[in-house]
Amino acid sequence: MSTANDAPQRRGKAPAGERLADWADGRVGLYALAKANMRKVFPDHWSFLLGEIALYSFIIIILTGVYLTLFFEPSMSEVEYAGSYKPLQGVMMSEAYASALHITFDVRGGLLVRQIHHWAALIFVAGIFIHMLRVFFTGAFRKPREVNWLFGFLLLVLAIFTGLTGYSLPDDLMSGIGVRFMEGAILAVPVVGTYLQMFIFGGEFPGHDIIPRFFVVHILLLPGIMLGLVVAHLILIVYHKHTQYAAPGRSNNVVVGPPLLPVYMAKAGGFFFLVFGVITAIAATVTINPIWALGPYRPDKVSTDAQPDWYLGFSEGLVRMMPGWEWVLPGGYTLNFGLLIPVIVFPLLLVVIGVYPFFEGWVTGDKREHHVAERPRNNPTRTAFGMAWLSEFAVTMLAGGNDVWAVNFNLSINAITWFCRIGFFVVPPIVFIITRRWCLGLQRRDREKVLHGRESGIIKRLPHGEFIEVHEPLPPEKLYQLVSHDQSEPYEVGPEVDENGVRRRISPLERARARISRGYFGENAQIPKPTREEYQELTSGHGHH
Amino acid sequence: MKKLSARRRHPLAAFVVLLLALAATGGLYATLAPGEAKADNSAQSLAIEEGKRLYDVGCATCHGNGGQGSSDGPSLVGVGAAAVDFQVGTGRMPLQQPGPQAEEKPEVYSQEEIDQLAAYIASLGPGASVPEESLYDPAGGDPAQGGELFRTNCSQCHNFSGQGGALTHGKEAPNLHDVDPRYIYEAMLTGPQNMPSFPNTVLTEEDKQDIIAYLNEVNTSSSAHQGGLSLGGYGPVGEGLFAWVAGIGALVACAVWIGARSTKARKS
Repeated sequence: MSTANDAPQRRGKAPAGERLADWADGRVGLYALAKANMRKVFPDHWSFLLGEIALYSFIIIILTGVYLTLFFEPSMSEVEYAGSYKPLQGVMMSEAYASALHITFDVRGGLLVRQIHHWAALIFVAGIFIHMLRVFFTGAFRKPREVNWLFGFLLLVLAIFTGLTGYSLPDDLMSGIGVRFMEGAILAVPVVGTYLQMFIFGGEFPGHDIIPRFFVVHILLLPGIMLGLVVAHLILIVYHKHTQYAAPGRSNNVVVGPPLLPVYMAKAGGFFFLVFGVITAIAATVTINPIWALGPYRPDKVSTDAQPDWYLGFSEGLVRMMPGWEWVLPGGYTLNFGLLIPVIVFPLLLVVIGVYPFFEGWVTGDKREHHVAERPRNNPTRTAFGMAWLSEFAVTMLAGGNDVWAVNFNLSINAITWFCRIGFFVVPPIVFIITRRWCLGLQRRDREKVLHGRESGIIKRLPHGEFIEVHEPLPPEKLYQLVSHDQSEPYEVGPEVDENGVRRRISPLERARARISRGYFGENAQIPKPTREEYQELTSGHGHH
Repeated sequence: MKKLSARRRHPLAAFVVLLLALAATGGLYATLAPGEAKADNSAQSLAIEEGKRLYDVGCATCHGNGGQGSSDGPSLVGVGAAAVDFQVGTGRMPLQQPGPQAEEKPEVYSQEEIDQLAAYIASLGPGASVPEESLYDPAGGDPAQGGELFRTNCSQCHNFSGQGGALTHGKEAPNLHDVDPRYIYEAMLTGPQNMPSFPNTVLTEEDKQDIIAYLNEVNTSSSAHQGGLSLGGYGPVGEGLFAWVAGIGALVACAVWIGARSTKARKS
């Protein structure tokens, strides 16, 4: 009874949908576009949906942000609060803060929308973060996707700064402390710090310009750039096609998955509403940044528990960890290392992960295209590096919340700070070593499973009394998943002397590259996967083992 | 006059003069000396006596026999009745164990005993007395003004709305949630543990009442929670943790669910 079967008998005009499609095709070439893209396949795996969490939160942030912009007044002129929140009535505050309170208490749905906006912002950056980790640990950044990795990385950095400017807009006490913190960091920059500070703030702190300026940056400049980058990011995904995990029938040249229309569109559309639903449910039940409880910002006031949102927790932690060293140079010039070193380490920590694909590309010298995602265990050194980076991030985050941990777990804040100071240098190497060993152990286990099969849990007693466990051979598709990956050879610098016996010139950089490459693919860096011969010898021979 | 001058060389004359002089001095002292030395208020002296007895049993080990202090506890001379009422009334004293600071715990003494202890300590030297209820009644204060004062003087340690915060080496500024206004007043007055004291010359009686009114508005069980669950009021650390655990957790669960709903042909 489908309409397609009825079509030939139909008389009169075509259905409205078809006429609309015809109309659009005549003007924007809809059919050609749809033909080229409707059957585009998208591999099916939950971890490929993590980026969509970020994408959908971004859309939610834009929608709610537009609503908030209708009522927000980005001005630092002083007004007396006369709204409906009793504990602040009669208090002098900036117009920005007063309008944020107005949104919260006197605009219909204002508080809910503000909370959706803020929760979505936290989840947006968290979504980018886990998406980035998925791409990192599966090696999905390898050629041809390095540029798209950079786009994503830029999106992360811009998201952090968009978050920072948005956090500062309501001009409550906490956001003001954050801006003051930022001002201190800028002032700690040698030589140009004071000029930069005057340039950004348009005078002494706090002045009257910073909120209007942050407003423009937050609602126009950064989101505009991000929107462009998101579109470029998506276009490149379509152009490269998505990576997939190894399975029979899938290869570097064949992508397997449901088509964009109707299956994938339905899934993606459904997922958008799930993301919107989860965020809205959280925003409707759990408060975030209760600006009314924080009070208006005044430079003479400060509070404990003043932290940035989570994505800047590591910068806060770097400052809290750093001893307050300073040098006064002859001539009365102060070098404030307590802030200067965090200001240097802060971008480094991000850049290290941002440029990693190029580092790995240089070490491996791999110029091939990769469309099959690697399992993290099959590149132990990369996985270990990623985990070490994560642990460093975690240590700085821990330091950033030292007071909250101290008060909730009855610990000494000094002990936490010292743990983090030492842990900053000690934890990542330990994590690196453990992760690498762990990956190698998993590789050994894979090898064992391929050669000897799966432990069935059945214990058999042989006639002469010996007990053995029966191993079941793996099904072929499982075997394929375990052995289909490449195992690269380490890069060699070649012989020390040329054919005439003369010492070759090998640059120290080349030697370093060979050394690092041995660390990636050398004897102790991967377990050789079972060869066909080994497999056949064991399985065709004398039965169980 | 003759009679008197005739006996001036009498052997007992010196004694008589001495007696008269002593009587005059004593009489003058009795009329002019400060009132509290008279100890004529029998109920008060009884309370002091009872308080001393309680003190000798429960407090003297650390604070010394006469409240003069020892290597284990500070002198209590001049701390006043308000300090005793706060420390003993909130269970901080007697101290359970040495540590970074005395923790709040269920009180050991009844209010009557606390009053007796307070009377005894107050008798050791002048200090702040327990405030009248009219001084700390939240209804008499201006919460908006109190909020300004709180953010200027208190939030550095106690957080924006008095949720508490960490101090150095395991010490802490406690959460002020549902704390009896009388104890808040006494704490400001006497500066217990690591807290600085805010005598009436620093924060006037009205200022203290405003602060109490503010806390009553924002940090009690009956305060309004405008935005929903507050996650403890610790700010972005708790919020970030929640976004990661509940937010991303739920969304990854959704992703797994969607990812598992595959169209690929199932094995029959």
